[in-house]
Amino acid sequence: MTGPVTLGVLLPAVPFGLALLGLLLPQRSRTGAAALGIAGAAVSLAVAVALVIALDGRAAEAAAEWVDVGGLAVALAVRLDPAAALVAVAVAAVALAVQVYSVGYLRDDDRYAPYAAQVSLFTAAMLLVVVSGDLILLLVGWEVMGICSYLLIGHDRRLPEAPAAAVKAFLVTRVGDVGFLLGIVVLGVAAGSFRIADVLAHDFSAGQLTAACLLLLAGVAGKSAQFPLHTWLPDAMAGPTPISALIHAATMVAAGIYAVTRLFPLFTRAPAALAVLGVMGAVTLLLGALAATAQDDIKRVLAWSTVSQLGYMAGALAVGSPPAALFHLLSHAAFKALLFLSAGAVIHAVGSNLISAMGGLRRPMPVTFWCTALGLAALSGAPPLSGFWSKDGILVAAERVARHHAGPTAAWVGWLVWIAGLVGVALTAWYATRLLLRTFLGPSRATPHPIDGAPTDTPEAAALDAPTPGADRTLGTAPIDAPASAPAPTTAGSPHDPPPTMRWPMLLLAVPTVALGLLVLVAPFRSALDLAEVHPDGFVIIPVALLLLGAGLAWWRWRADPATDPATALGPLRPALARALWLDEVQHTLVVRPVRALGRFARRADETVVDGAVEGTGRGASGLGRGLELLHRAGVPRAAAAVLAGALLLGAAALAWGGAT
Amino acid sequence: MTGGGDLTLGGVGLAATVGLPALGALVLALFPARLDRAARVTGTAFAAATLVVGALLAVGGSGDWFSYLPSSAGAPGVRPWHDLDLPWVPGLDLRFHLGVDGVSYPLVVLTALLTLLCCGSLLWRVPAPGRGRTLVALLLVVEVGILGTFLALDLVLFFLFFEVVLLPMYAVIAVWGDADRRRAARKFVLYTLFGSVLLLVGVLTVTTAAGTADLVTLTGGTGLSRGTQLAAFTLLAIAFAVKSPLWPLHTWLPDAHTQAPTVGSVILAGVLLKMGTYGLIRVAVGVAPEGARWAAPVLGILAVAAIVVGSLVCLAQSELKRLIAYSSVGHLGFVLLGIATLTATGFQAALIGNIAHGVITGLLFFLVGAIKDRTHTGALAELGGLRESTPRLAGLLGFAAIASLGLPGLAGFWGEAFAVAAAWQRGGALWTTLAVLAALGGALTAAYLLRLLRRVTHGPAAPAVLALAPNLAGAEVAVWGPLVLLALVIGLAPALVLGVAEAPVAALLEAIR
Repeated sequence: MTGPVTLGVLLPAVPFGLALLGLLLPQRSRTGAAALGIAGAAVSLAVAVALVIALDGRAAEAAAEWVDVGGLAVALAVRLDPAAALVAVAVAAVALAVQVYSVGYLRDDDRYAPYAAQVSLFTAAMLLVVVSGDLILLLVGWEVMGICSYLLIGHDRRLPEAPAAAVKAFLVTRVGDVGFLLGIVVLGVAAGSFRIADVLAHDFSAGQLTAACLLLLAGVAGKSAQFPLHTWLPDAMAGPTPISALIHAATMVAAGIYAVTRLFPLFTRAPAALAVLGVMGAVTLLLGALAATAQDDIKRVLAWSTVSQLGYMAGALAVGSPPAALFHLLSHAAFKALLFLSAGAVIHAVGSNLISAMGGLRRPMPVTFWCTALGLAALSGAPPLSGFWSKDGILVAAERVARHHAGPTAAWVGWLVWIAGLVGVALTAWYATRLLLRTFLGPSRATPHPIDGAPTDTPEAAALDAPTPGADRTLGTAPIDAPASAPAPTTAGSPHDPPPTMRWPMLLLAVPTVALGLLVLVAPFRSALDLAEVHPDGFVIIPVALLLLGAGLAWWRWRADPATDPATALGPLRPALARALWLDEVQHTLVVRPVRALGRFARRADETVVDGAVEGTGRGASGLGRGLELLHRAGVPRAAAAVLAGALLLGAAALAWGGAT
Repeated sequence: MTGGGDLTLGGVGLAATVGLPALGALVLALFPARLDRAARVTGTAFAAATLVVGALLAVGGSGDWFSYLPSSAGAPGVRPWHDLDLPWVPGLDLRFHLGVDGVSYPLVVLTALLTLLCCGSLLWRVPAPGRGRTLVALLLVVEVGILGTFLALDLVLFFLFFEVVLLPMYAVIAVWGDADRRRAARKFVLYTLFGSVLLLVGVLTVTTAAGTADLVTLTGGTGLSRGTQLAAFTLLAIAFAVKSPLWPLHTWLPDAHTQAPTVGSVILAGVLLKMGTYGLIRVAVGVAPEGARWAAPVLGILAVAAIVVGSLVCLAQSELKRLIAYSSVGHLGFVLLGIATLTATGFQAALIGNIAHGVITGLLFFLVGAIKDRTHTGALAELGGLRESTPRLAGLLGFAAIASLGLPGLAGFWGEAFAVAAAWQRGGALWTTLAVLAALGGALTAAYLLRLLRRVTHGPAAPAVLALAPNLAGAEVAVWGPLVLLALVIGLAPALVLGVAEAPVAALLEAIR
């Protein structure tokens, strides 16, 4: 094994091993669990950085036979290139930030040990997806991520909706994964091997390719929360906030995008699939941005914004620019993780998720304020922060396809992505501004906590905590926004910046949020992602102008009356957008309820018809037996008569037989 | 192949594998009733010895795996690593012919392991009404039957071993079972007897038509006319379909599994069902390949129906143990789909699916039994919040459920994913549709298992759960540990099962081509 390959193998192996150890720890062992979790992420980060250096701009690949299932070869393969190494660095860095942050955030949690181990397991799975050179191996990481997401969303025992949200997250993505598995099967069966190198080298027929790419897109839609399989992501906010930062913003949800970039040569030969991806991305982009404008739960604003940004990445892929998608993936990982960690700090301080219970936090929480402001500016694409460069890359790619027909996609897809992307810029700026103003500026709407930070070791304590005003609002009076994780207030009194374990990760993430975009001016970074050199032209004015328009509108509305939510400007659209056009209800009516009814029907049919036939046969046989037994239970005269009759019958038959022959 | 009387070390091992549990049962029968614990220890020791001998059957077998490569044209479709071929009833030309190869070896080890774990759990606690000595002895007799079925290379002998299982299992359910045990036991025995009758007729059809009962000679269908093959396959397939069970011949299973004591359920689900799927591959497909090709579409459709209907029924189940029992219908559906494709991928998928299901469902039944023992209820509505009171048990249940839903990286994945791949490989409208439906069934499987977890482990602790002690007994950990480990190890290294099966599957396919 060469150096890079060894590093590539270690990348998922180290956190996996530490996660297994961590799962064996007793539940209350905090120090050991924290040490294992942080060590796993830190070693991964070091290995990932070493990998970037060792690769030095080249690619490396190695494979060993894993198993051969009747002629279909499955390999333990790593496939490394500079882009994969950079994604690995991003994953490991966010994982490290989240592990450290969680030590503070889950200070009073009595199930911290399994939590930390599951985060490590998740990190291992995500890194496996990043380095995997075999589709089945990639699927292993892909699904293990899904199960970790399930486990961690359901972590908080005080949230009655958490278990349902966890199940929903897993099942919606699993429905997409039916397609993903079938897509992999189509490719693997045709190529005779699941190795990505073999699959990319195989000459598929056009039909196979289109079918496989479309099927893969179903899985991508599930994992990366693309319309119509996006419904799980906002609900997933029931997970602890660090989990939202790591899994549901920075890494796992981007895995779908990443998987497409790995197989992109196939997609370029399947324009129909790219067109579908373009439509999916554009719809998701706008839907997410629109839904984000009307949410009252800070985490749900961010969740819908994630949906929208993933739409941008899908759009970038659809217009044939995986580099732009990966660049946005990296910058999004930085600023969205920062935003979630900052939101966690706010929620920790206020004791509620609801923006309507916040306001005026800038002065008591300056660090959090600045982190959030930077994150939101980067999210909106304000120059010169990271989001500006990466989003502009996508818009430029879309514009090229739209106006110059460059790339594998039809021009209309370019127009669609470009226009949706531009509208999205204005919407993003609007909701980002609203979020910042409502949370940190204006008068404070927070109510003081009546309970001193009671340790919540026991269910009783948790039950006591529930009636704090924030939690009460969260649970009781917010029919629109299903509440997300609301940790019990840990401190009495006024809100303040979080403790160092939570503050440092935020500051760490603020660095790439600001500066990652500038890397585009560095040649090795560009060549790693295969990005084109940036030549700002006149078109860069358009998104900046739209950004100013969106932000200005929100600010103007807020300025007029700082006490009202700028979302009131949405008027009658507000409830519709708050519930994301009732797509959840549609999904429930069209899928969940019919499947449940089908289940009940199947059970009844199985019990009455299938088993009924069996039981009926049994009862019939015993009934027949009883009847015959009755017939045989006769008195002597009747029995004698019967014997006589039988003898007569036999004699007659014998005569007839004899007569005939 | 070794001739009669030519006893090799491997042959002695084969005889010991079947003989040790039989001897154990005999010894236990001689134990006085008051030495119950000593009897259980002795029985467990015999089960352990069987596992050791059974596992050692691989020794010497591995050396000549290469000779199975399809190059040797005209070679028989079954090429055992070891065999033991003794005249038994010369007048009827019956032979005591045992052999082991890569198809049967994993099943032999699984059977011996699960029996040992069941005996081990009985050391710790015997279900009401006690009499652990008898229960252990019955389990050993069941083991004799199952191991004999997997090892027999003579059709009549195969049938005899197949039947040995029936009555002791009946007794296990009828004596140590739940409230409705007698009815369930009666249903089990009558239903599977119905299958056995067909098996007997099928076996006799084949042996009289071919003039031999030797499986090695018979495999490949040589000497049987097409009509005989169709008739034989129909009879044998229905017989094995009852045992497996294949929808819609499955309704004995939920009752039997639900009413049986934990050890009974574990053996039933873990290995007894595998007699059906093993028989289908080794006997029905091997002896009547023409018939198999003819019936494959029907078999495939029924298998997918089992996957979908089984999962849907599970989605509406309200009793914990019954849900797990029904889940076997769906999981075995994947195994049967793999067999129905009649491809190397499909057979491989079926074999690893068999083993994975045995490990995972065995574990699930142990865990569910532990939950029911503790809470005295299996109603999903009365459970909840297990992770609050007994986090380790909840964690293990979560692990087992996740393994059962076929999470890639754990044992259950390989069989299900590659059954789908095999169906896709067959191509054509029918098999493509079946592949898609089976894959959708995978999503339904996840749905019902997560529903189970949500009801049992999440949420606030239900009254029945609240008072539970948080810890697991050492015996429980010792019994469940190997299964947890196996689910992980087979998931990470599927070649453990698929590697040994590769050559025999290739040989079988070559013979039935």
